[in-house]
Amino acid sequence: MTQPNPYQQQWPGQPAAQQWPEQPAPAPVVAGWDDPNRGGWDTPTAAWSTPPSRARVTQPRSGEHLLDVRDLRVEFDTRDGVARVVNGVSFHVDPGETLAILGESGSGKSVTAQAVMGILDTPPAVVRGGQVLFGGEDLLTVSPDRRRQVRGQEIAMVFQDALSALNPVFPVGWQISEALRSRRGIGKADARRRAIELMDMVQIPASADRVDDYPHEFSGGMRQRVMIAMALAMRPKVLIADEPTTALDVTVQAQIMDLLATLRAELEMALILITHDLGVVADVADRITVMYAGRVVEQADVHTLYASPAHPYTRGLLASVPRLDHRGHGLHSISGTPPNPTAIPDGCAFHPRCPWAQQMCRMTSPALTRIGRLDRASACHFPPEALDARLA
Amino acid sequence: MPVLREPILRVENAVKHFPISRGVVLPKKVGAVKAVDGVSFELRPGETLGLVGESGCGKSTLAKLLMRLETPTAGRAYLKGHDLFRMRSGDLRRLRRSMQMVMQDPYTSLNPRMTVADIVGEPFDIHPEAAPKGNRDQAVRELLDQVGLSPEHANRYPHQFSGGQRQRIGIARALALRPEVIICDEPVSALDVSVQAQVVNLLERLQDELGLAYIFIAHDLSVVRHISDRIAVMYLGRIVETGTSDQVYLRPTHPYTQALLSAVPVPDPTARARRQIIRLTGDVPSPADPPSGCRFRTRCWKAQPRCASEEPPLSQRAVDPHPSACHYAELHQVIA
Repeated sequence: MTQPNPYQQQWPGQPAAQQWPEQPAPAPVVAGWDDPNRGGWDTPTAAWSTPPSRARVTQPRSGEHLLDVRDLRVEFDTRDGVARVVNGVSFHVDPGETLAILGESGSGKSVTAQAVMGILDTPPAVVRGGQVLFGGEDLLTVSPDRRRQVRGQEIAMVFQDALSALNPVFPVGWQISEALRSRRGIGKADARRRAIELMDMVQIPASADRVDDYPHEFSGGMRQRVMIAMALAMRPKVLIADEPTTALDVTVQAQIMDLLATLRAELEMALILITHDLGVVADVADRITVMYAGRVVEQADVHTLYASPAHPYTRGLLASVPRLDHRGHGLHSISGTPPNPTAIPDGCAFHPRCPWAQQMCRMTSPALTRIGRLDRASACHFPPEALDARLA
Repeated sequence: MPVLREPILRVENAVKHFPISRGVVLPKKVGAVKAVDGVSFELRPGETLGLVGESGCGKSTLAKLLMRLETPTAGRAYLKGHDLFRMRSGDLRRLRRSMQMVMQDPYTSLNPRMTVADIVGEPFDIHPEAAPKGNRDQAVRELLDQVGLSPEHANRYPHQFSGGQRQRIGIARALALRPEVIICDEPVSALDVSVQAQVVNLLERLQDELGLAYIFIAHDLSVVRHISDRIAVMYLGRIVETGTSDQVYLRPTHPYTQALLSAVPVPDPTARARRQIIRLTGDVPSPADPPSGCRFRTRCWKAQPRCASEEPPLSQRAVDPHPSACHYAELHQVIA
């Protein structure tokens, strides 16, 4: 059964394909807080009723975003010269929303996340400019103490490789509750009980028996759940997940993505999902920021991005994904390779690989400009209509 | 579709058990990890067999068995009529000319101290009859050209190349001896999407030009779907379902295949509402102690008492004409 790839219509030299009908997004499934049988996470316990940390910031005023990153620039000093790894990246995220930052390796997506978290190794990394506004407060200029309060408590992170992110010589329960003990000052017995609750919340079976097990005794999927439990211990408002499922099998990946989506809705967190996987993004994201060579090349909501990608890079990326439901010879591929961050091409960083490139693209770097609606932008000299017209 | 010809490779009941021993001074065998536990399949010239399954299902061990990088515990594998599993060094080396391998990680599978020319030309040192002495440089240049690398790059070192280019070097090395079968163990898993497509297209082009047969091992079911003529789905060391690409993907009858396919993310947000993901609970059981009867029964939603006592054979089921190892095989379309 051969079907045309619906994305190929956006790429030159491809035959036109059928239009796919628009379908409304399904409502997220939220397990109710008021369900008496739920137990677990939000059930008041002695530990949970300890007064919340004073570090909580005030709710953002209307019109402000929970987390607003503006024109972030990060450079690395290397032997081969200065690597401009993040080069003016802006995005924002609000409570209860999932933002996906999509990019290939070397696009600067992980460094962006680390800069927002404040866990960049400096040196070699240097934050050259920009703002990370959290509740109106610029995290790049606050005192180290304040930064430390926000990190982990307000903005938490889940890393890709759970085995190397967890400490092999401490039991998982100890690691999950470490922040509660050191920051909230709760006792050992309470901490252990809270760790079990958190493990229940992330659906680790037999949590009471496994709380004293070590990371190597867990499977990959369970370890990733431990990481999530650890990140959620302080009930952060923003959760950054850096390639949380890349090392996992598809069946486990589906479980973890489900869990993240459920928790995001239940806890009304903002979720920033950093990934290279277009399939995962299509499943869970509300909005997408596409990065290439340290810049944002396109921003759109998930349906718009997949239905009518504006930037040539996004178009190429979508056309090169093999799909289960489409079989046929010849995958579309983007020629060439992503640029080295120490030698980003002049003008538009994508121009050496872009089939639409013109003289202008080699000279000037296109700014991220709005297209149509307010939340949609693309960093290309040519509006999507012009690109489409040149296909004909 | 390839013309149905005599299989070039026939594997019968391949078994690999890794012993678990206890004690340092006098090690005692206390059990075995049954990594591959009775796998049979055929590969015809010019066709691609996709081997899929979760990590730990034995697909990479199977690849190593076929290359005789691991010594099989039992079974037979006939490559062009010769039993690979019973061969001794000299004969084996000659036979290996017909079957080569592309490794998963292009960063560790190339020696960083060797130039590209040395890497790609090394097979000629082992098989001098494959290229006359004076012609080797020429042969290496042709190989590089064939995989889309510039022959001028022959004197560079692997670190000067990107991941996709390194994988091309690995493919050139595998092509050097003009094999008839290439085993690709996760050849594109380490690559970015846009580069992955380039390598997949290269593999398809080489197959058309040279009539190669591939065993394509991957955990990414979309890539396998794209490149394979036939598919074998593995679970805990056994093949649970096999058939043509369309049979396995469009008309899966084994519950494990159905669950696996349903979990693959579809890069289309409009499909969110249509998608029905079959959630598997729990993890893959340990291959050192697989469940009795059907190995999938501990995670299967259809499991009956019969599944625990009687192992379902991989045989033709009434619902669809392709082999499936389930007592209760039924058709369930997962891909919209």
